[in-house]
Amino acid sequence: MKGQGIKKFYDKHRPKFEKGGKLHPFQSVFEGFETFLYVPDKTTKKGSHVRDYIDLKRTMIFVVLAVVPTMLFGMYNIGYQHFHAIGEFAQTGFWDVFFYGFLRVLPVIVVSYAVGLGIEFTFAQIKGHEINEGYLVSGILIPLIIPIDTPLWMVAVAVAFSVIIAKEAFGGTGMNIWNPALIARAFLFFAYPAHMSGDSVWIRLGQEADKVVDGFSGATPLGLALAGNIDYNVWDAFWGFIPGSIGETSTFAILLGAAFLIITGIGSWRIMLATVIGALFTGIILNIFAVNPFMEIPFWHHLFLGGFAFGAIFMTTDPVSAAQTNRGKWIYGILIGVLAIIIRVLNPAYPEGVMLAILLMNTFAPLIDHYVVQGNIRKRLKRAPATV
Amino acid sequence: MSNTIKIKKGFDIKLKGKADLSIGKAVEASRYAVKPTEFSGLKPKLSVKADDIVQAGTPLFFDKAHPEVKFTSPVSGKVKSVNRGERRRILEIEIESDGKFESVDFSKGEIKTLDRETVKQTLLDSGLWPLMVQRPFGVIPKADETPRDIFITGFDSAPLAPDYEFTLKDEKENIQAGIDVLSKLTDGKVYLGLRPGSEFASLKGVEVNYFDGPHPAGNVGVQIHKTAPINKGDVVWTLNIQTLVYIGRLFSTAKLNLERLVAITGSEVKKTGYVKAIAGTAIKPLIENNTKKEVNERFISGNVLTGEKVEETGYTGLTQNQVTVIPEGDKIEPFGWISPGFNKFTASKTFLSKLMPKKEYTLNANYHGGERAFVISGQYEKVLPIDILPVYLLKAILVNDIDKMENMGIFEVIEEDMALCEYVCTSKIEVQSILRNGMDTMIKELG
Repeated sequence: MKGQGIKKFYDKHRPKFEKGGKLHPFQSVFEGFETFLYVPDKTTKKGSHVRDYIDLKRTMIFVVLAVVPTMLFGMYNIGYQHFHAIGEFAQTGFWDVFFYGFLRVLPVIVVSYAVGLGIEFTFAQIKGHEINEGYLVSGILIPLIIPIDTPLWMVAVAVAFSVIIAKEAFGGTGMNIWNPALIARAFLFFAYPAHMSGDSVWIRLGQEADKVVDGFSGATPLGLALAGNIDYNVWDAFWGFIPGSIGETSTFAILLGAAFLIITGIGSWRIMLATVIGALFTGIILNIFAVNPFMEIPFWHHLFLGGFAFGAIFMTTDPVSAAQTNRGKWIYGILIGVLAIIIRVLNPAYPEGVMLAILLMNTFAPLIDHYVVQGNIRKRLKRAPATV
Repeated sequence: MSNTIKIKKGFDIKLKGKADLSIGKAVEASRYAVKPTEFSGLKPKLSVKADDIVQAGTPLFFDKAHPEVKFTSPVSGKVKSVNRGERRRILEIEIESDGKFESVDFSKGEIKTLDRETVKQTLLDSGLWPLMVQRPFGVIPKADETPRDIFITGFDSAPLAPDYEFTLKDEKENIQAGIDVLSKLTDGKVYLGLRPGSEFASLKGVEVNYFDGPHPAGNVGVQIHKTAPINKGDVVWTLNIQTLVYIGRLFSTAKLNLERLVAITGSEVKKTGYVKAIAGTAIKPLIENNTKKEVNERFISGNVLTGEKVEETGYTGLTQNQVTVIPEGDKIEPFGWISPGFNKFTASKTFLSKLMPKKEYTLNANYHGGERAFVISGQYEKVLPIDILPVYLLKAILVNDIDKMENMGIFEVIEEDMALCEYVCTSKIEVQSILRNGMDTMIKELG
């Protein structure tokens, strides 16, 4: 039988990891890898005899797959921005550009997973439950929403903060109020603002900082726009050839992920669509009442700039921190879109609003759901006297 | 008056092994059993002991809390044994048939002349009473109550379920008699839910509604919700059309006769089809030499969503008219969570089997994953055509909040209605048993 060899190996070594065994402290790791290698042979004892083939592991892996185009493009763009900044892009081959970025992004991803999963495994062991797959997604999202120049130790601290405080303190995957990846980003933003904004963090110059070409600024289009300096090509923004956090720049790559999430039914199209509608609406209002160049940016450009697309597709749709009811999802998404653009354009300090808009609406999602639930209850109570 | 109601939400699990529309050789089963475990909330007290001689309709045990609710033998013969499980819980009372199929005489005269009390008493004495289900909470009806309405479902939409249009095509008179009897029990209406185009449309004294759409359209809970929903304080009684036939037979022939066609279904059955057998019959003669024996097999009395797991040597339930045999699925699957899944049927859209919507699939009893907290939202709502918020109801039950359970609509559903939620659940949550716990709590609380 295919694969029975691994099972034999696992069955043989299992006793060592069980209670009283020598290696018991590593039981969660042992089981985590076991369910990674194969779906167990556990069969139903009660209730429905048949169960769907989908499980949380597959669901989470599908989100990771959806992020892959964004991640690959992000790696390329790190190289692209670097070689442009030092004026050597024309002489550099495609793979050299990509590998420059690949080698810079890889350590961030490794640190994110190592620290995050390490903490998850420890908690699973202490609490005696199976390892939850939630961090598989957070672990790839966190590297993609931070600037490339973020020191690795900061990544580690932020990951630890988000997993412990924002997730495990609430009871683990499924119980958290805020999206853990955004909490990590917010933590970095408030704890180390100098490394998270400004003109110098978005492009890795490394040893070649002295080679920077004339006229190089390093600021993101939004950073420039805040200063009243509208200077970007909207199609560059759509394809992603602009400075920004590692994975957020290419709206095109993000749309590939969105299509994958919607086709497989993993991501909520309601939330995605609602968020875009909210943003477009607000963009139009701002256009109408524009008093400065930032407000005059054509409303649809907002979809391509900054972290909007990334947030709207990968962050708002986190099923745990989003609204849970279908009607709630529309309200939740629209409000995120509205708030994201308002914060982005009207807040004087920081030209990006998606992160804070989503975190704010994460906080209010249970309240939105509460009203939807009350509506459902009222509908039932209302019909009571009619039929009695 | 009748109308057609289109059910949009729901899901048909496309299983291999649908019963062929043919009737196999009648089964000469000598062993039968009645299982108290089939009824929720029942505390059985025996009225017979081993070696007692019984007829069809002789009480075997009764409900300790409601002694008037009797459970009777389906055949005539001898009590072979009383099988007990842990803490001496009665699992089944086995009867050895004498092959004569004699019944206790239940003659009461013309149905038209009967009053409510006589009808009740006859149903209670014959043992057909507990085959009806009370809603809310899915328990045996209380004899001293009068239901608001009575609901009959005339079809079963569950996976591989028997086709009553086929199995009961010669029973129209008994169905009409059953309806005449039931209409004596309520001051309200008797409702019958049918598929559009049904042969049973011409019945009298009953309000027929047609339900079009996927499972659970055939669940009486869905039909009630779409026609006259249950509110707090309402009590309705429900039954399926097979039970209705038994009731009709009882009153028109004065005999208890639980003969029916059983659907033999499932991917592991060699030749599917229908077999004539009396309710409570042993499984073995029904499927002997008719399963493939290629893998470990799971035998289910009923359908894959709500049926009872039985041994090959076990018995069919009184209320189940179907036997399903599927692979147990007790083996591992390397890297199953990432496989493309051409052969894996799913309600989600994450397997390539979605590209072949017409195909039928083999499903086994594996969980296909570990149990997790609620993570994915909106999944249950897609398969539940009842306007409640299922996850909120389950959470209310998990925190044992009675008011909330009431508010979230626990009166409207029983296990079978939410069985599909359990099937589709990514987090592998035991929806049916959580709901049962909630309903038990409500019963205790409301007295």
